[in-house]
Amino acid sequence: MLLTQNILTALRSLMANKLRSALTILGIVIGVAAVVALMAIGNGATSDITSQIQSAGTNLLSIQSGRMQRPQAGGAPPSFSPLTLKDYQALQAGLSDVAGIAPVYATNATVVFQADSYSVSVTGTSEDYLKVFSYELDKGRFFTASDRQSVKQVAVLGATTAGELFPNAEPVGQSIKINDVRFTVIGVLKAKGSSGFSDPDDIVLIPLETGYLKLFGANAIRNGQKTLNTIAVSAASPDVVDSIKTQINFILRRQHKLSAEAENDFRVQSQSDMLETLSTVTTTLTTFLGAIAAISLLVGGIGIMNITLVSVSERTREIGLRKAVGARKDHILIQFLIETMTLSLLGGLLGIGLGVGIAQTVSALGLINSLVTASSILLAFTFSLAIGLFFGLYPAWRAANLHPMEALRSE
Amino acid sequence: MALIELRSLTKVFQMGENAVHALAGVSLDIEKGEMLAIMGPSGSGKSTLMSIIGCLDVPTSGSYLLDGQAVEKLKDSQLAQVRNRKIGFVFQQFNLLSRTSALENVLLPLGYAGLGARASREKALKALEMVGLSQRVKHHPAELSGGQQQRVAIARALVNEPAILIADEPTGALDSKTGEEVMGLFQRLHREFGQTVIIVTHDPFVARHTHRIVRLADGRIVADMPNPNPIPAGTPRPELEI
Ligand SMILES: Nc1ncnc2c1ncn2[C@@H]1O[C@H](COP(=O)(O)OP(=O)(O)OP(=O)(O)O)[C@@H](O)[C@H]1O
Ligand SMILES: [Mg+2]
Repeated sequence: MLLTQNILTALRSLMANKLRSALTILGIVIGVAAVVALMAIGNGATSDITSQIQSAGTNLLSIQSGRMQRPQAGGAPPSFSPLTLKDYQALQAGLSDVAGIAPVYATNATVVFQADSYSVSVTGTSEDYLKVFSYELDKGRFFTASDRQSVKQVAVLGATTAGELFPNAEPVGQSIKINDVRFTVIGVLKAKGSSGFSDPDDIVLIPLETGYLKLFGANAIRNGQKTLNTIAVSAASPDVVDSIKTQINFILRRQHKLSAEAENDFRVQSQSDMLETLSTVTTTLTTFLGAIAAISLLVGGIGIMNITLVSVSERTREIGLRKAVGARKDHILIQFLIETMTLSLLGGLLGIGLGVGIAQTVSALGLINSLVTASSILLAFTFSLAIGLFFGLYPAWRAANLHPMEALRSE
Repeated sequence: MALIELRSLTKVFQMGENAVHALAGVSLDIEKGEMLAIMGPSGSGKSTLMSIIGCLDVPTSGSYLLDGQAVEKLKDSQLAQVRNRKIGFVFQQFNLLSRTSALENVLLPLGYAGLGARASREKALKALEMVGLSQRVKHHPAELSGGQQQRVAIARALVNEPAILIADEPTGALDSKTGEEVMGLFQRLHREFGQTVIIVTHDPFVARHTHRIVRLADGRIVADMPNPNPIPAGTPRPELEI
């Protein structure tokens, strides 16, 4: 009975000062909305990246060229050692327990079919590409090792690219021009589905050797060596990923003639390395968001405390009267705590609503995927309650300890 | 043993350098069922005395036995309980909660007494009926006349059936006709229920509605006289009063 009375009293006094109450909870609303929305976006981005890493193919190891070599003691200029076709061939010859090795050299090019032209990333690679990156063929065929050897001008299109270039025609067998070089479309890939930042289906694949001879030009050649962006290696099973990593290190160090004390001039990353990197990024992000949340909630809480102190001094006479008719200290304390908690809870609920709204708008606009989790809502809810409790304590304590007689005489 | 026994009460307020002796040794007995008036000039200590009798404040020195209980020994929470159960206050400015209805105002002490909702409602309605406001239960203070507001305040003071009703200038904010109505109500409570009533006033005409008149000056009792023939409520005020 007293509790419902208290809640009623709280609501009444909040309603009596609508504008003031609204302004008071604004801090909490903004803080909670920021937490909910940013956490949703953070979660969404994380799960996007995770699924992208995973959909890139299981047991995947990716090799990239490393940093610039430090200047040598003799004053030789720093050198950059790219991955080369030779590296790929050495790995091809030396690695065991692999399901496939895909060398990758990608460049942006303009693809033209009849009157339509389309700008897309063109990747020179090997016949292992499908297996390594978990693509499947939809139509036609993929190029083979002999297509590479005989420098066939053939191309396989991703689902998106095929749809853009051939809205009405059957792509397989058509002749297209890539940067003015004639290619024949021999196959189309099945769609993998977009997973956020880039579309894995918007690609053109050609035999690597054809690319070097006809398309990539001088950019792909450095110091007389044909270079690669990446070499992707798919392990035969998850258990051998680590041993393959060791083998790659061994082969490439020998290949690059690194002395025993020199650092690697390439990087080998397994999927679990990438997920690990991601999780450190996520942790940093979460800490950062937590700090923002803490600050805005702190500001909101101070606002509530401030207004409640004003309210206590405005209602000194009421407090005196309540004491005169028998209210104990704890009655008054609880009454004001319920008021501050009602305020902060209201702010929290509005904030959650606003935050979810923002997250969904962002998703709906296709900017970035967001994922509102129950735990983030629960967190925001609990936090706003705790803020009300914490910042209500001092004003409520002040009210509870007013001297009954002095309070009645006031004003 | 009297209901209220005050012995050599003093109350000193420290105002920076100066000490204000609001009460300078008051001894007074009030029996159960008495109706008396406390009179005296402004600043003579009437309100201070009432706040001590009503357990809103504690004396600087002296002793106060309420119903045989030494009040100065009570803890804060026990004082709150005494105020809730044994004391009913009526103020000059009514002190009603403006955002709540007459009924809710009267319910307030019962909430702090921990009484259930249904029993509370019954008691509160009965108290409002006793002061003749059964038709105004849902009204807010702003929708009531001054006299009606004071009657709501009296119902609130009565609702817990207190041993003592303390009224500090209850007619001070009312015109003389409404003031008479309020005095009539006090007289009826005293006559019909044996209610102990203490009324603070500096209006001699109001004081003469009671059976005993105590005069204070400078924090001391300067006169304490019975009034064997109290004026019945409703008597027109004489043209000239001293
Ligand atoms: N809280 C206080 N702090 C300081 N002085 C006080 C306090 N309360 C009362 N006093 C002083 O004590 C004296 C008695 O005050 P009190 O209110 O009891 O007088 P009163 O007889 O009720 O006067 P009135 O008829 O004007 O209501 C006054 O001088 C007053 O200024
Ligand atoms: Mg007074």
